[in-house]
Amino acid sequence: MFSYCTDPKALSDAVWLSVPWLEHSFLTKWIVDFINSLPWFSCYLTSAKHVDFYWSFLTVLLLLAITAPAALGMGFLGATAARSHVAPVSWIGKVYIWMVRGVPDIIFFLFFVIALDQAIEYSKSLLVCDGQAWPWQGLEFRVCPEAKVPLAKSAPFWHQAYGFFLAVVTFAIVFGAFVANVLYGAMQAVPRAQLETAEAYGMNRGQVFRRILIPQMWVYALPGLGNLWMILIKATPLLFLLGVKDIVYYARELGGSKTQAYEYPHGDWRLWYFLGLMVFYLVFTRVSEIGIAKLTRKLSHGQATAAGEALRKAAA
Amino acid sequence: MSMTCWETIQAYGLRSIGIGENLLPRSDFTLCQQFTLIGSGMIWNLYFGVLALAAGFFLANAIALARSARNPLIRKPAEWYVFVFRGSPLFIQFFLAYEALVMLPKGGVDILGIHLNTAWTTRAWAGALLVLFLNTAAYSAEIFHGALKSIPKGDLEAAEAYGLTGWKKFIRIEWPTMLRLGWPAYTNEAIFLFHATTLVFFSGFPAFQQKGDALYYANYFADKTFNPFIPYPIVAFYFILLTLAVTYFYGRVNRHLNRHLPSNIRSKIRLRPQLIR
Repeated sequence: MFSYCTDPKALSDAVWLSVPWLEHSFLTKWIVDFINSLPWFSCYLTSAKHVDFYWSFLTVLLLLAITAPAALGMGFLGATAARSHVAPVSWIGKVYIWMVRGVPDIIFFLFFVIALDQAIEYSKSLLVCDGQAWPWQGLEFRVCPEAKVPLAKSAPFWHQAYGFFLAVVTFAIVFGAFVANVLYGAMQAVPRAQLETAEAYGMNRGQVFRRILIPQMWVYALPGLGNLWMILIKATPLLFLLGVKDIVYYARELGGSKTQAYEYPHGDWRLWYFLGLMVFYLVFTRVSEIGIAKLTRKLSHGQATAAGEALRKAAA
Repeated sequence: MSMTCWETIQAYGLRSIGIGENLLPRSDFTLCQQFTLIGSGMIWNLYFGVLALAAGFFLANAIALARSARNPLIRKPAEWYVFVFRGSPLFIQFFLAYEALVMLPKGGVDILGIHLNTAWTTRAWAGALLVLFLNTAAYSAEIFHGALKSIPKGDLEAAEAYGLTGWKKFIRIEWPTMLRLGWPAYTNEAIFLFHATTLVFFSGFPAFQQKGDALYYANYFADKTFNPFIPYPIVAFYFILLTLAVTYFYGRVNRHLNRHLPSNIRSKIRLRPQLIR
């Protein structure tokens, strides 16, 4: 990155600041040592691999940016299905909502990533392979090479992108079930009288749903959705388990001890990298918490709830 | 080498704690083997869950009280403790704890002439249990703190009218009411702590001699057979049973806490999702 970084080996011995009389005191010596280590750190922290590490934070944000709306969509479908008057549709919705309650979600994560991958490759094999046999043979899952997703000869980028795609779909399915649960509760919480009044005005079922139920349910759903958002943030390190090169992957890679064979040899620094990740998550959840509190205040304005009443009284 | 199912259970039923057959099955996986080994792994999930909850309950009460203290020297550390453990992923907490424990000197430390061995702290049974204990204490403390704040004012005034003050008021009125109000949420916390125990062997803490929890073995089978459709539903089945058992047990306690109330104002337990923390 910087011009003086071309020879990292020379950096560790280079002395920028040499003030012999300062080295007598423990504190001032520490400060001098610190200043002298700055060039090394400025090169170390801007190495190519570290730049990849910084980009991987964007992977996490990208996952959140795609997953949150996708899960909201899945959840909305699930909640609507559970409220359906057609029995089989309502069963599907309810099973979807109940599915993640009794079972640790990490099981779903591990399951869906393989199951989706196999389902995609099996469906593709039916199209592109001739004479595809049942793929689960003995101890392997076998489809013809043309049916592999992505193809073995594809660039590493596509393998990463496919892994990320599977992770996003898995997150959307699992979190969709949680969102469905929250939205289902919120739809039930909208006062019956509101819906009956709308019906008395001659609205049909679709109109009541669109014009009355949907706009009013958000204020009831917000605490639950806010909670889920925090949980979603805290679930992102699972990307690592799903095989995506995320921040946990890089923290482990970069933090592991490096011998003299590497450009920047150092001891086992994983503790410091994980501390960094911890601070990242703490700041992220704290900022979200403040944001959600503000949003709740805004949405409660003029609502017939205790929070709305409190706002009204404060203003009066 | 074909075993009857009973023989399989004898060989692998306690495999997760190192009793029985040493080698895990490598080929010709039977349904019975998968059920037995994954069930054997549940011993660890129970171990982590039960001990962390039991110990965490006491710390949670202390932290909840500290959070309500008027003295900032007591209140602030409690608030920070809860913030750190609730604001960061359990996954990262496991990693961090493992790395920190590994850094302890290998040969042990000498404190005041007593030699303390430190190697065992990096083992899952101790290290991961510590993290789960601290983690559930933080979540439960937040629940109990909320419950403490929502004790009806009338109850406290009535207690004072009866001449109850200080410690007596706390132990006879505030604490039981706090438990009663917080119990439904605490039930959820217990369920999701049991779910969280599946993270232990996936983050930091290695499984020595392939002694792992239910998910560890399920993952082993899924990796070996390339077929996720059998082992994962088996773990799911075990966890549904566990969730039902926890709900039943905590429901009994809830009934006990609410026994003096008329049936229409008793607090009911409703399952709320919390998943990965």
